Amino acid sequence: MEVLYLLIPLSVVIVLAIIVIFWWALESGQLDNIDREGDRILNVN
Amino acid sequence: MSVTMKASQATAYNDTVVRQFAIMTVVYGVVGFLVGVIIAAQLTWPELNLGIEYLSYGRLRPLHTNAVIFAFGGCALFGTSYYVVQRTCQTRLISDGLAAFTFWGYNLVIVLAVITLPLGITSGKEYAELEWPIDLLLTVVWVAYAIVFFGTIGIRKVRHIYVANWFYGAMILTVAVLHLVNSAALPVSLTKSYSAYSGVQDAMVQWWYGHNAVGFFLTAGFLGMMYYFIPKQAERPVYSYRLSIVHFWALIFTYMWAGPHHLHYTALPDWTQSVGMVFSLILLAPSWGGMINGIMTLSGAWHKLRDDPILRFLIVSLSFYGMSTFEGPMMSIKTVNALSHYTDWTVGHVHSGALGWVGLVSMGSMYYLIPRLFNQKKMYSVKAVELHFWLATIGIVLYIAAMWIAGVMQGLMWRSINTDGSLTYTFVESVKATFPFYAIRLLGGLIFLTGALVMLWNVIMTAVKGQVVDVRIPAVNAAHA
Repeated sequence: MEVLYLLIPLSVVIVLAIIVIFWWALESGQLDNIDREGDRILNVN
Repeated sequence: MSVTMKASQATAYNDTVVRQFAIMTVVYGVVGFLVGVIIAAQLTWPELNLGIEYLSYGRLRPLHTNAVIFAFGGCALFGTSYYVVQRTCQTRLISDGLAAFTFWGYNLVIVLAVITLPLGITSGKEYAELEWPIDLLLTVVWVAYAIVFFGTIGIRKVRHIYVANWFYGAMILTVAVLHLVNSAALPVSLTKSYSAYSGVQDAMVQWWYGHNAVGFFLTAGFLGMMYYFIPKQAERPVYSYRLSIVHFWALIFTYMWAGPHHLHYTALPDWTQSVGMVFSLILLAPSWGGMINGIMTLSGAWHKLRDDPILRFLIVSLSFYGMSTFEGPMMSIKTVNALSHYTDWTVGHVHSGALGWVGLVSMGSMYYLIPRLFNQKKMYSVKAVELHFWLATIGIVLYIAAMWIAGVMQGLMWRSINTDGSLTYTFVESVKATFPFYAIRLLGGLIFLTGALVMLWNVIMTAVKGQVVDVRIPAVNAAHA
């Protein structure tokens, strides 16, 4: 199953990328005060 | 200086490209469903290939899957993502030129697929049949799509990136990776290439691609649609915005390794199959979290379902999403799979997801979009939307119920053994026993196609009656900027 040497490292890289993006979302305040965000889209067209 | 210029250029949304993709979604839907009905008829009465190679089942089947997934589903994703990203970021698409390029480029890919697949030009990889020149064109178009989408998020006027955009964004990035890895091939001529992988390696890559395409193209992207159009149509915020965030991260963290469940009881190592099964079972949790979140958005406003057929499209699509995301993990359990594998149960499962979830959520979203794109309050005929809803639902139920019965029956007949160890039934006996269910499936497909034709008529009438008007971008509330 040599192809797993490609697919598993690829998955690890993707998961690391997801962690970095998640960390960015937390740090940049994307998840602060999210309760109002569901309502906001209803007020603009 | 440059700031003020930008502001004056970008006072209206770019709805032109949304309109183009929306119309093509409806058109390709009819085409894809029609080809589906034709091959369903061929399975019932094989003589219907008329002895013409271009109309044989083996060539029309990839045409059907490509037309419904990539032409119908793809145009729905492009159109709605361009609409949603502009509305939720309150800014115009970053580049009109690139957006137009994605429309014409993507449609060129579809036209090339329609020409090459019946000619038998195929790489033979399921859901990735297109040969390498078309794959390259698709790559260029997809990169342009990513630039337009993420570029628009980059110039957003609202600080928070709405959850629907996260789902669309994950879809765009993951599909790019999947396409590049799976389509790696050595060309030997303009119309023929050989996969970079062989044997079971190729099967593993193929279903790593195949199932993640289901997870990201047909699930994440359409969940983006769900998280925007259900709240908008219901005029209520999503039930729990927090849950939608958890839904997103849980889904993308756990999705990648469900693919091996397509290869149970094959040459794939046993442990890899088990990994695939475990990850498939885990997926039940985020899938149902999202489904409940969407349906509960109507909490306290259930009465809206009574007289709003568009909302009914959207909510029933979530019911099918819940059904197929329960059925899928269950079928991935190896003992269940021993019964279901290679039977029509799998075909029923796929169509409960494809017709029920992807089909209905796209149609509901289009019914929301089309009147707004043509400056109308509602569709030309709301009665026709109602009629379409019932035709679609009845068609799907006939289809999947017939395939459930056929599939379980086939599985039981194939595994039935006499006391002396010989098989109770020959294969052809199971084919013969399936005939009435193929006929019911064909009827279900015909009814579903009829609904799509009603929609096409309704959309054309709405477009003819309406006019194209630029929608101005409203000023951003300072609290959100």
